[in-house]
Amino acid sequence: MKRPPGRGGRLSTLVGIVLLAVMLFPVYWMVNASLQPAGNTLRGEWFPFHPDLGGYAAALRDQGPNLLTSLVVALGSALLSLTLAAPAAHALARFRLRGTRVLLLGVLATQAVPGIVVANALFGAYNDLGLLNSRLGLVLADSTAGVPFSIVVLHAFMRGIPEEIIEAARVDGAGRLRVFRSVVLPLSRNALITAGVFAFLFAWSDFLFALTLTTTDTVRPVTLGVYQYLGAHTDHWNAVMATGVLASLPAAVLLVLAQRHVTGTATGAAVK
Amino acid sequence: MRSRSPRATDPSPLRRGEGWTRWLFLAPAAAYLLLFFGCPMVDNAVMGFQQYTVTTFYTGDAPFVGLRNYAALVSSADFPRTVLTTALFTAGSVLGQFVLGLALALFFRRRFPLGGVLRALLLVPWLLPLVATGTIWKWMLDPDTGVVNAVLRGLHLTSSGVPWLTGTSPALLSVVLVNVWVGVPFNTAILYGALRDIPPYLYEAAALDGAGPAAAFRHITWPLLRPAVRVVLVLGVVYTVKVLDVILVVTGGGPAGATETLATRAYELSFRQFDFGRGAAAGNLLIVLSLLFAVLHLRADRRTRTEVIP
Repeated sequence: MKRPPGRGGRLSTLVGIVLLAVMLFPVYWMVNASLQPAGNTLRGEWFPFHPDLGGYAAALRDQGPNLLTSLVVALGSALLSLTLAAPAAHALARFRLRGTRVLLLGVLATQAVPGIVVANALFGAYNDLGLLNSRLGLVLADSTAGVPFSIVVLHAFMRGIPEEIIEAARVDGAGRLRVFRSVVLPLSRNALITAGVFAFLFAWSDFLFALTLTTTDTVRPVTLGVYQYLGAHTDHWNAVMATGVLASLPAAVLLVLAQRHVTGTATGAAVK
Repeated sequence: MRSRSPRATDPSPLRRGEGWTRWLFLAPAAAYLLLFFGCPMVDNAVMGFQQYTVTTFYTGDAPFVGLRNYAALVSSADFPRTVLTTALFTAGSVLGQFVLGLALALFFRRRFPLGGVLRALLLVPWLLPLVATGTIWKWMLDPDTGVVNAVLRGLHLTSSGVPWLTGTSPALLSVVLVNVWVGVPFNTAILYGALRDIPPYLYEAAALDGAGPAAAFRHITWPLLRPAVRVVLVLGVVYTVKVLDVILVVTGGGPAGATETLATRAYELSFRQFDFGRGAAAGNLLIVLSLLFAVLHLRADRRTRTEVIP
């Protein structure tokens, strides 16, 4: 099926670029708007001919602490998700436990639980436990996205690790914990990175729990910051959009950095 | 069931005696899932029968009121509209995402220079925080200053501009549009993967038999794509029915409740009016709706399967 790309190929590239330009126009528009000078951008330019960093200065001034909060919460959630999911995925993939299928089905079923239902119940519980307006509370709640996702991804990968490798380590006298730590985890590096990156992104993008489980300004992730900015500063679109760009950066950076590992996992899953 | 077979007890002598340690691997995650999915669902089921007020969280006083929350919810004047909006929002979003996703997947199946790069970049809308996405679109769709109306005016398609966020029907269309934009990359990715799995020789054979592109799509692509189609549609419905961020940011449920869904209603009842009982009731209806869809889908699924493989 390998044909050298001819004229048809180039035409397809052109069409593809046009399609992508249409799809990504909103992203461009955000970046463009973030570089416009302050004030009502009623006459916003199509291209930032005179880039103005005022929007970013305002965004960093107002949202800097919120960005930091988001970073801490997202890192915590990624860590918690992997810590909980990796041993569980290993157990589900390796030990022929009774009820494995039911458990996996339960993990999948969590995807159908609306976040607002979880938030509704957590508010009361958090209120009693003093977890409202706390980073720990957000880390725990945000991991409702990361934990099930990580279990599914890691389970799919770990199932593909050849039984012989595990068996060889066991014959050498390694206990279950040792096998997991010294054999399974290192082999699953790419899958762990993939799961961790997504758990981070899920928590970083969380809006619902930030909105419902905080009642004061003390702990405020940037997603909530943008939302409240939006209510207060509709005449400072450049600052709002600059915050949007800053809030979108981790997704872009992490994906570029992690792409090698993510594709590695995908290929691994496909080969298996 | 495989777990009931004799092998389930781990015949290897090496493993005997440390059987219980296996459960230690599973216990933390299982405890977490129970605490953060199981308990909330049970809590909500109970809360749906309780009356919460602004002072409940200070006094702890939430009397049981039977089905009163559900009755109040269902009999409220805007309930039918909320359900209809939820259905329209979900159906519109899922179908839009699917059709555009399939079109893009079919397009990217051709081999052409830069195809891989363009396909990877297509994922960007899916990765942006939904709040950022909502903010961009809210600004683009602004009836007076937004770029969408500016373009429409420039093309002389409208003289006064479309009231994207201020008209009741356009507002619903707007949130669907934004949600479609968010979901297209996911649909494209899954359908593209499924298209790649269709063996090329089938198309070669069809071409030898004189089948055109339309016939090839109908008799080869579509039947073989069915399982993936089912996955994206079911996941699409399950994920869309609970969407909250997009609506809250872009329209806030307005204007005049035109974009109010069961999810946004649950949020407003609980966290704006502090009527957590009625909020829980709305949330529970949302879960029932999801379950109902899943059951109907599974039954339809079984029927088609028995039709195909008698």
